[in-house]
Amino acid sequence: MEPKKEKTREPQTWANRIHEVFKSHGITQVSYVPDAGHSRLIQLCRDDHDLRTVVLTTEEEGVALATGAWLGGQRSVLLMQSSGVGNCINMFSMIRECRIPFFTVITMRGEKGEFNPWQFPMGRNAEKHLKLCGFEIERVEKSTETQQVIDQMAKQVFMNSSMGAVLLSQQMIGVKTFKDE
Amino acid sequence: MNEPGKRSLNYPLRRREVVQELLKSREGLLVVAGLGAPAWDATASGDHPLTFPLWGGMGGAVSIGLGLALAQPDQRVLVITGDGEMLMGLGSLSTVGLQQPKNLAVVVLDNEHFGETGMQTTHTAGSVNLAEIARASGISSSWTIRETSEISTTREKLLHEEGPLFCGIKVRAETLPLVLPPKEGEILQKRFRNALMNENGD
Repeated sequence: MEPKKEKTREPQTWANRIHEVFKSHGITQVSYVPDAGHSRLIQLCRDDHDLRTVVLTTEEEGVALATGAWLGGQRSVLLMQSSGVGNCINMFSMIRECRIPFFTVITMRGEKGEFNPWQFPMGRNAEKHLKLCGFEIERVEKSTETQQVIDQMAKQVFMNSSMGAVLLSQQMIGVKTFKDE
Repeated sequence: MNEPGKRSLNYPLRRREVVQELLKSREGLLVVAGLGAPAWDATASGDHPLTFPLWGGMGGAVSIGLGLALAQPDQRVLVITGDGEMLMGLGSLSTVGLQQPKNLAVVVLDNEHFGETGMQTTHTAGSVNLAEIARASGISSSWTIRETSEISTTREKLLHEEGPLFCGIKVRAETLPLVLPPKEGEILQKRFRNALMNENGD
């Protein structure tokens, strides 16, 4: 059964804004493990022939991919959901030690309205894990804030060679549910 | 001597010689060397700014190679790693199979052991065939070699044929003197980029 999203009040224009910001910062590689919350942004990136999209089997591949991209002179971003943070932790050591500018946009699970209790442990702790790994973190609660937050974090990451994560709140992206349940 | 794990003590190919051969007159070749012995082997062939030797990130060597190959489509990228490191990142072969980078070649120096941690046998000492996994992942040019006579044609293929390419090289299980690359990740990263960008004139 495919999980479906409830309709949100605001149209998902935040995805278009994020896509635009990626372009304005010269990001050319976009890797992802799919998430319903990211699906529109993933589609926008896939439809953009100036971006190379790479679907991963696990999120940690995206951390290594970003390292290779940077070695080769390209900027990249990893799209994942909060559960993916746990899969990346050892690989984060590499980008920290090598000071690879690393940018990730994370859709949150395990927040208000979550239907799947297995999402709670990573959802509730993703931010703490990221902090321990050396990330700078911003949360987006309202779609109108998206552009500014993503833009500032991308600047921070690529100008200062830092590790930056933007967390998109579950409330903003729309809570996932099983309709037939 | 047919006991798994003992077999590889007698394999004719020696890892340092293999890597020496692969990296001779390397010109613009970009190299990612997986953590442990492959990084020491690459360094034994001469520390080079366009080699990125790993001291961690186990399971990530092929993905680093992929990101680099996509960023530098006109340069040949060679990932040299070990069987233990490759086994930790088998999914990355699927990702390479899907992306089909023409300039990426992967070599696994397969001694069927975790060499840095006490020489415990890996899965390849038993049931696992990495080249078959690579082929089934969509890397159609995937093969295994065991003999010294196969090295020079393998080198030609890895450096000049259309990728993605995967070669499993069965090498003798042996513990060799450490030849360590610089350890500081930030230095390794910056010297690689400097050498690459200067070469490209930007």
